[in-house]
Amino acid sequence: MIPASFDYQAPKTLDEAVALLAQRRNEAKVLSGGQSLLPLLKLRLGQAALLVDIGRIPGLEYVKEEGGFLRIGGRTRESVLERSEIVRSRYPILADTTAVIADPLVRNLATVGGNLAHADPANDHPATMLALGARLLARGPKGEREIAIDDFFKGLFATALEPEEILTEIRIPLPPPKSGGAYLKLERKVGDYATAAAAVQITLGKKGEVMRAGVALTAAGPTPVRAREAERYLEGRMVDAAAASEAARLAAGAARPTADRRGSVEYKREMARVLVARALAKAAQRAEGR
Amino acid sequence: MNPRTSPEVSGMGHAMKRKEDPRFIRGQGHYVDDIQLPGMLHLGIVRSPFAHAKIKSIKTEKAMKVPGVVAVITGETLAQYNLHWMPTLMSDTQMVLPTEKVMYQAQEVAAVVASDRYAAADGVDAVEVDYEPLPVVVDPFKALEPGAPVLRTDKKDKKDNRIFHWEAGDRRAVDQEFKQADVVVKQDLYIPRIHVASIETCGCVADFDRAMGKLTVYMTTQAPHAIRTVFALVAGHVGLSEEKIRIVSPDIGGGFGGKVPVYPGYVIAVAASVVIGRPVKWVEDRSENLQADSFARDYHVSAELAAKKDGTMTALRIKTIADHGYTDAAANPSKFPAGLFSICTGSYPFRQAFAEVDGVYTNKPPGGIAYRCSFRVTEAVYTIERMVDILAHQIGVDPAQLRLKNFIRPEQFPYKSALGWEYDSGNYGLALEKAMAGIDYAGLRKEQAEKRKRGELMGIGISSFTEIVGAGPSKQFDILGIKMFDSCELRVHPTGKALVRFGTKSQGQGHETTFAQIIAEELGIPAAHVQVEEGDTDTAPYGLGTYASRSTPTAGAAGAMAARRVRDKAKKIAAYLLEVGEEDLVWEPGKFSVKGAPQRAKTIQEIAFAAYTNHPPGVEAGLEAIDYYDPPNLTFPFGSYICVVDIDRGTGEVKIRRFLAIDDCGNVINPMIVEGQVHGGLTMGMAPALLEEISYDEDGNIQGGSFMDYLLPTAMETPRWETDRTVTPSPHHPLGAKGVGESATVGAPPAIANAVVDALWHLGVRHVDIPITPEKVWKLLREHGAAAG
Amino acid sequence: MAQHQIRVNVNGTPREVQVESRLLLVHLIREVWRLTGTHVGCDTTHCGACTVLLDGEPVKSCTVLAVQADGRELATVEGLEKDGKLHPVQEGFWEMHGLQCGYCTPGMMMTGYALLQRNRKPSEAQIRQAISGNLCRCTGYVNIVKSIQYAADKLR
Repeated sequence: MIPASFDYQAPKTLDEAVALLAQRRNEAKVLSGGQSLLPLLKLRLGQAALLVDIGRIPGLEYVKEEGGFLRIGGRTRESVLERSEIVRSRYPILADTTAVIADPLVRNLATVGGNLAHADPANDHPATMLALGARLLARGPKGEREIAIDDFFKGLFATALEPEEILTEIRIPLPPPKSGGAYLKLERKVGDYATAAAAVQITLGKKGEVMRAGVALTAAGPTPVRAREAERYLEGRMVDAAAASEAARLAAGAARPTADRRGSVEYKREMARVLVARALAKAAQRAEGR
Repeated sequence: MNPRTSPEVSGMGHAMKRKEDPRFIRGQGHYVDDIQLPGMLHLGIVRSPFAHAKIKSIKTEKAMKVPGVVAVITGETLAQYNLHWMPTLMSDTQMVLPTEKVMYQAQEVAAVVASDRYAAADGVDAVEVDYEPLPVVVDPFKALEPGAPVLRTDKKDKKDNRIFHWEAGDRRAVDQEFKQADVVVKQDLYIPRIHVASIETCGCVADFDRAMGKLTVYMTTQAPHAIRTVFALVAGHVGLSEEKIRIVSPDIGGGFGGKVPVYPGYVIAVAASVVIGRPVKWVEDRSENLQADSFARDYHVSAELAAKKDGTMTALRIKTIADHGYTDAAANPSKFPAGLFSICTGSYPFRQAFAEVDGVYTNKPPGGIAYRCSFRVTEAVYTIERMVDILAHQIGVDPAQLRLKNFIRPEQFPYKSALGWEYDSGNYGLALEKAMAGIDYAGLRKEQAEKRKRGELMGIGISSFTEIVGAGPSKQFDILGIKMFDSCELRVHPTGKALVRFGTKSQGQGHETTFAQIIAEELGIPAAHVQVEEGDTDTAPYGLGTYASRSTPTAGAAGAMAARRVRDKAKKIAAYLLEVGEEDLVWEPGKFSVKGAPQRAKTIQEIAFAAYTNHPPGVEAGLEAIDYYDPPNLTFPFGSYICVVDIDRGTGEVKIRRFLAIDDCGNVINPMIVEGQVHGGLTMGMAPALLEEISYDEDGNIQGGSFMDYLLPTAMETPRWETDRTVTPSPHHPLGAKGVGESATVGAPPAIANAVVDALWHLGVRHVDIPITPEKVWKLLREHGAAAG
Repeated sequence: MAQHQIRVNVNGTPREVQVESRLLLVHLIREVWRLTGTHVGCDTTHCGACTVLLDGEPVKSCTVLAVQADGRELATVEGLEKDGKLHPVQEGFWEMHGLQCGYCTPGMMMTGYALLQRNRKPSEAQIRQAISGNLCRCTGYVNIVKSIQYAADKLR
């Protein structure tokens, strides 16, 4: 319950923060919402000699549409995302996702950037960001760079971020008309990590055929899983029961879950299938404006 | 039931707002961890990562160098005072700190005393223990096999892992019944290990005053007097003497049985305080609480039920293997190693029954009954109510009709069961019919039939339980030899207010209110003017504490008896003041008046004043009484619960759509508090049915040792419970009351399990072990070709 | 082991204190300031017994560092009663029997209080959702919902 000792700094600018991380490379950790990091430190499962709190840096929490993208500041709290009118009305998949992260109290502190950078494959945002084709902005000593979401997740708790980089923004391309998405999570109880979860974002063409599909899975491997076969299958097709069923089957084929108390490998894979089918149906409904 | 007293007096039957709430709603509750004493030190505990291992060495040098660390205590330290082992409440023995080996994962291995809890945590991290792992035994069946490693090597002549064999009933007569039966239903049922997980964990502040030679321990205990006596017996040889031991149970954040056992942490803290001469606080983390403290259940049950072809049940035969962990540290009454499991004949008049339980040692934390279970009644009721439902489905009779047909009839009470219990009163048919009407049972069966045609899965489950509480009559009940009476000391002050103390200890059940209402009922003193105190052994009369729903049946009765004795004396004083004979006086709550001349009266307040200012010659001054109540029998609350579930065929998730609970706890003291107890009990019955389980892998590593995996229901998983009642008073209890704290935890799990199986029976499913997880349901659906996308 | 001087506005009163980096906010509240109404119930950020308001938002104070509260507004259960008058949330819990052992109660009330600041007429479903980060073992939640509904009615 009590963490081991560490130093703490709360820089007032991004440059200061980055400099600190660079200085204490490999022994410093970014403290964003702290709802993943502090529990680990309290159980003495994680180590850090220095915590760099980015919570005092202004200008890192925002939700706005600008320049063709939905732009979310890296330090935007889940509760802010949950209450954002833009998100609720135009990005229902994001609204779905944020609403099932942990519990409402944790969401008052937990941040979107933290959820992505922590890279627990059971975190919920990664799959949704994959389905949305997001781009991430990272600030380091050498300046800013953009990382495509497909290049971001490297392994269990490992991302493309360098130890001295901070995730400052998440950019989601503005969805074209007739787009819709859904995130469905099977959990043992509120506050749990997913037994299985599916993110589906689709854009439909004039005849209602799928123009673009993003399908991704949570808790289905060491990193969030992008179900590319399922996506390719859906392109050009109408979303009817048969197509949904086949897409779901293909998506489940991409799942590599591990067995634990939440379920066996077989159950989790099956649930991925069930959830993709249901999420696809919901996404299609929303894309049709229903 | 209309209350006899006015709302101002607020005796029995009034939904009086709780007297204890003002401090809690202000955050001014006084829990153990709130206590800070001058010079207080903190205790942290080093715990074993292994389930079974020799301790080769414990190195404390690094820990001693951690700033703030004052001492490190090991088994060797305690062995000097012969305190490294101590008796359990079941007269087995348990380690306080080991000197040779550890026997369960998370077992206490050493303790660090430091200036604050942060330093203690650092100190714990710095203690170096070298272990040599030993073969682990986690399967109780394997533990019983010849050639299994003998775990209790500390017991000189022990050659196996058996703890006890207990049985009740006539085995031969039962075997005969089974031979003659038309229908025999057999089922194996596993009731997994669970943990009570009250939101406050366990802890204490031990304060040994060297100058006075007095030990005070503020402790999360449900039974402070028993603890005091145990400490005096166990540590008498190191100078602790019972008249100079004070146990104080302050406010407790939930007990549910988990705060009855004597945990090593308490004893170590006491030893540390005695040796160091400063107060020592020990408060465990949640993980420690889940991984090391007393568990509940872990019964492997094999049950058989015999019946005639018309559904009349004739006999019951049950064999159980009880996994107790490494020592028998359950807190059962001593003659009942399997608790009150023999209530397993339930609400039905079995001609014959036979039950046997074999306790087994394994490499797991010790215990057995710490989770609102009334001494194994949860296990007994789960077994019988599942078996009755399986019988009903097997022979094609509606489960409600089968129960109604078989129930013990009202005219049969007091009813002597085949296993020797005399049920005081009951009206089982009335409760079930009320539940059926309340939930529109017939309508639900129609709906189920229609849904089934469409392939939708809906289930209705019933549980008609009989509880057994109020331990207990001294001829049968004792804990470590101490009889299970309970007590009340009542004193009325000159201004007509009262102070009353009991040997029980509320951990949220509302005794400060309900016990005041008992006194108000008997004396007419407004409950608002009756101050109830419990938990300080220096002032409270001796009692066995609060657990197993015993407080109202025992201490509540003592309260009524003490109040009646006070009333008897008040009558003498009134007669003297009114200058009449006692036989000329009439009592109504709050006053004595003269027969035929009601304007000539004395209120209880006037009488109280007179007791100190104008007491009759030949009568002592004062107005008080003390009663030690030895109940003539247990009490038998009962009820019928009906649960409706819907099952998602894609995921296997079970959703409780409705749950109606009809409870009968006899005469009700405070209906609001009774309802609250039922709500909480239902939630603690649902949790093991659907969510909670502690298990171990083959190396004895615990699964479910934190709230990450030990799943407590939130407000989202918990349905909106519907409750109602019938009232069948207890004929032997002075107030006709029975107790209710655990009824719902006992009655709910089979109602839910029965509902799930009812939903799946037509697919060929007969049983699902709890917790009924979505995956278990999904597997069954798949096996029976009924899973869907 | 760095020490930090921090200032926190606690229930309307500014307090200044020196703390270790790793000191958890719940321990600052309970052990240093002796405001023991906020409770500890677990070690994995699940139970919510430690719920306080930070800048008006309910958070689990066991998973916040004391230093993170520097310069911010902290509200604990002790601040609900004003000038001897109970807040409607407190009244609600008393009237509707929303507590038994009282241990989860401060956390529940702070969460309820925050909910009502944001939503004056929450439905039962919204209340249950809002308190889904607060565990209770005694009450089964039914009366807690009623307590918060009572407070909502009283506040309107």
